[in-house]
Amino acid sequence: MHELPLTEEIVRLAGNEAKEQKGRVKTIELVLGTDSGFVGESVQMYFDVISQGTLCEGARLVVVPVQPQLQCESCGRYFRRKPFSFACPGCGGNGVPTDIGREFYIKSLELELPD
Amino acid sequence: MHLAKKETELHIKACNDHLAHHVEEFLAEKHVYGVNVMGAPGVGKTTVLENIIRNLSCVTYVVEGDIESDIDTRRLQQQNIRAVQINTFGACHLDAPLMHEAMHKMEFPEPGLLFIENVGNLVCPAEFSIGEKMKMLIVSVTDGSDKPYKYPLAFEKAGVILLNKIDLLPHVEFDEKFFMDGVRHLNKKAPVFKVCGRTGEGFKEVAEFLCAAKQSV
Repeated sequence: MHELPLTEEIVRLAGNEAKEQKGRVKTIELVLGTDSGFVGESVQMYFDVISQGTLCEGARLVVVPVQPQLQCESCGRYFRRKPFSFACPGCGGNGVPTDIGREFYIKSLELELPD
Repeated sequence: MHLAKKETELHIKACNDHLAHHVEEFLAEKHVYGVNVMGAPGVGKTTVLENIIRNLSCVTYVVEGDIESDIDTRRLQQQNIRAVQINTFGACHLDAPLMHEAMHKMEFPEPGLLFIENVGNLVCPAEFSIGEKMKMLIVSVTDGSDKPYKYPLAFEKAGVILLNKIDLLPHVEFDEKFFMDGVRHLNKKAPVFKVCGRTGEGFKEVAEFLCAAKQSV
């Protein structure tokens, strides 16, 4: 249920764009970091229900996943952490969290517009 | 009809963050310092709040977030603590729209500290800003020392961390070094206070820390 209000927001934001241009939404490209706390399959499930009767009905939701990365404090390398470890695979330094993998935004919309 | 692609970068949580900013500004006007209290169910969040409030000399307010029931709110009100309840009815965390609504139900006649007890959960409360100045994370020795590794965001975002139920340390296998290594990889700044909700140990220091944080604003 965690994704429900945010999927409503996706439908609202995309719908507003379509409304402004008097069109309909055909495709939503959603960038979703796997550390964002939101699950693509769940967003899709809600989307299919919530979009009914809106300008997003029937639109294709394309989820672009982004894997999280830490950055090594010592050598600057970006890397994916192993379970129970924050160590850099290159130099063994300490990996600190970055915003890579926390994305949650609509990157692009494909709209069907009147000629 | 024709198809047109539009690059947008529309952030899904922008609306939440906008309302959170409103709440933050409102509290700042009232000189109230908001603390978002996060922790798993049963970690002792309400007991911790009772202990902190007992050690604070400033005025305190509490917003209780629960999926259902007002048990904690009534418990605090019986101790003359100003508390209001938010029920999320299924949602696993408080968000800014809920907090915004709760602000309309509350009065802040005096400057002070507002504790917002989030829904018991170590995952999504860390993901949503609700207008707080600081996030306070409560974990307990019975949860296990692996929690920073399993729930990194909550530890990363915390401004202060309380390790509760330390009276049970002799009875559980809690690897404090492993725990602290995980905490410090994620968060170098947040102080970690060892506390015991049952005996009241350690809360004087927590209250002093929060008072100092409030004064620094």
